[in-house]
Amino acid sequence: MAAATRGAVGLPGILKDAAFYALGTFALCVPVVAFRTDAGPTGGLELTPRWGLVLALCAAIFLARLAQRLILMRRDARRALTPARSQATEAVGATPNAGQRVSMLALWLFIGIALTLPVVAALASGSLGEGRYWIDLGILILTYVMLGWGLNIVVGLAGLLDLGYVAFYAVGAYSYALLSTTFGLSFWVCLPLAGLFAALWGMLLGFPVLRLRGDYLAIVTLAFGEIIRLVLINWVDVTGGGAGISSIPRATFFGIPFTAGEDGFAARFGLTFDSMHRVVFLYYLILALALITNVVTLRLRRLPIGRAWEALREDEIACRSLGINTTTTKLTAFALGAAFGGFAGSFFAVRQGFISPESFNFLESAIILAIVVLGGMGSQVGVAIAAVAMVGGPEMLRNLGFLKAVFGQGFDPNEYRLLLFGLAMVAMMVWRPRGLISERTPSVALGERRAISGAHVSEGHG
Amino acid sequence: MSVAGINVLVEETRALAAEKAGVRKTLLSVRGVSTYYGSVAALRGVDLDVTEGEIVTLIGANGAGKSTLMMTIFGAPQAREGTITYDGREITRLPTHEIARLAIAQSPEGRRVFPRMSVHENLQMGAALHNGQYFAQDLERVCALFPRLKERLTQRAGTMSGGEQQMLAIARALMSRPRLLLLDEPSLGLAPLVVKGIFDAVRDLNRRDGMTIFLVEQNAYHALKLAHRGYVLVNGRITMSGTGRALLADPAIKAAYLEGGHGAPVEA
Repeated sequence: MAAATRGAVGLPGILKDAAFYALGTFALCVPVVAFRTDAGPTGGLELTPRWGLVLALCAAIFLARLAQRLILMRRDARRALTPARSQATEAVGATPNAGQRVSMLALWLFIGIALTLPVVAALASGSLGEGRYWIDLGILILTYVMLGWGLNIVVGLAGLLDLGYVAFYAVGAYSYALLSTTFGLSFWVCLPLAGLFAALWGMLLGFPVLRLRGDYLAIVTLAFGEIIRLVLINWVDVTGGGAGISSIPRATFFGIPFTAGEDGFAARFGLTFDSMHRVVFLYYLILALALITNVVTLRLRRLPIGRAWEALREDEIACRSLGINTTTTKLTAFALGAAFGGFAGSFFAVRQGFISPESFNFLESAIILAIVVLGGMGSQVGVAIAAVAMVGGPEMLRNLGFLKAVFGQGFDPNEYRLLLFGLAMVAMMVWRPRGLISERTPSVALGERRAISGAHVSEGHG
Repeated sequence: MSVAGINVLVEETRALAAEKAGVRKTLLSVRGVSTYYGSVAALRGVDLDVTEGEIVTLIGANGAGKSTLMMTIFGAPQAREGTITYDGREITRLPTHEIARLAIAQSPEGRRVFPRMSVHENLQMGAALHNGQYFAQDLERVCALFPRLKERLTQRAGTMSGGEQQMLAIARALMSRPRLLLLDEPSLGLAPLVVKGIFDAVRDLNRRDGMTIFLVEQNAYHALKLAHRGYVLVNGRITMSGTGRALLADPAIKAAYLEGGHGAPVEA
């Protein structure tokens, strides 16, 4: 039908096409919409005709199709007038294109908002305590930004599809929880240890899957994530089982606790005590951790190991024949990605003060992976934007109380979270199948910085 | 006799004279190599030698095991029987990346450039073994060999034409400063004119820089014309060997590989 309608140009053709759609709508409406069926007083079926509604629907479809065709016609006309701007074999111009400009702008906007969020939140809502919701939300988003950036090393740079990333998050969280509750080690000692343990587990996962790629790798990593979770549930003696570990020591300001007492943070620095100091500190802590992840990734991309990761993603066989040891390359990617997951995990434990295997289920892995894929694999800014959208977006649904006025009191926007999730995914796959930011900046700039557009390389090869 | 024929003759005399003087030594030696995919034998006792400074070609039909031999030399898959010696050292059981470190480079079948990386980055990956120590001068060298690449340094490799990608694959292999260059079907899927350009570049490499080249080809006519010596692989066995000229003139080769339209020019 597409071919038939495309041929019809000019207004009469379009009108005919729209009428055809309206007719189709009518045909569909007759059995579905035209009669409302109610149980009558005697138990029989009562039919209430609704022809007005049917007509309204047909008219709506007619107008919508008409508008669509007219818009398309204008676009086609414009295209026919301007010659194709870029051909497949042409280097992308040196002037930044729209995508790059957006990502640069987004970058500065992000950094600005991220650095000032607690202040802005406090000012906007009157006091620090009132702004807590926003700061907590910021912490949550930044945790996912960090996880996304960590997973980006494995999935985005090295091209190893990892569906069990949450396992390393769990290892980090349990490392801190167990070390601090059992041995009384402080957060600052446990943080590097948690990263180290997670990296170790990353290597452990890496060894058996060295020969796997794509779907097979995804299945094994998925299983790995589940194994870790099941071990956490069932090894009750150590992990506390499903009940988890509670009363994990809180974060301290490099040894100074956030308490109201004499040697507390507030007293030492001559401030009046406010329980929000700890939250703000946690906020800046996760911001610093996330930025460290970002800086390390950006630096590594320019070093031989980062190049090797990208080459590995592109073509493993070519990689080997150039003398790159793919075994160590894969293991370092797994280990480093896992280490950042571990850091984020121990941060999660110190923030919550309580952890249980419930927090580390497959949905978490899926969300982190979705953040990386939606953001555009390998793009740091894209991952950050996707994290805000994926984590902050559903949170925003809670604030849509006014919709109750439209849809009635029983309406809870939050229940539509997964539906919107799915819609967003479908929309992304249709309009931006390579993620929000699909450009890849070369790791070497020759003269001016140029972007290599993602649009020209066939799917599956880029 | 054509000019090309005289050239080949000159080359042969040169090679013979050098061999007699004992200057040239065997760089790569394959002895009784058998390779299996599971229980299926792809190579059955292959013997083959490549002497320093020569172009050796291996021709054969689809599925004869040409690429398998190439891959076996590079250690993936490894030979089940037999030995492969390079520069006096046995490399049969070495992993691929260590073989690459012995100054053997490969332009693999199907080119396998890194599609999302720029041409420049692809070449850098080729120079990864030396940590970019000789990068600038080697870049000059490969750009002189393939001027097309110079124009396209910032372009994404996956967006280039097949011929350009093949040039890039060879250039990338050269960036590691190999003593032995393995080329797997560089003419695959390319227009005749492009093939000629690439084969000319290969000849230049050998004549000017003295590069030793092992060329696997289906395009028997061009490959045999270019090579000093050639081998014919049939069903995993070497059935014939000799100088490129002798093989070109051989009636059996003519019937099997040249008149079937494998790149033979119409007037030949």
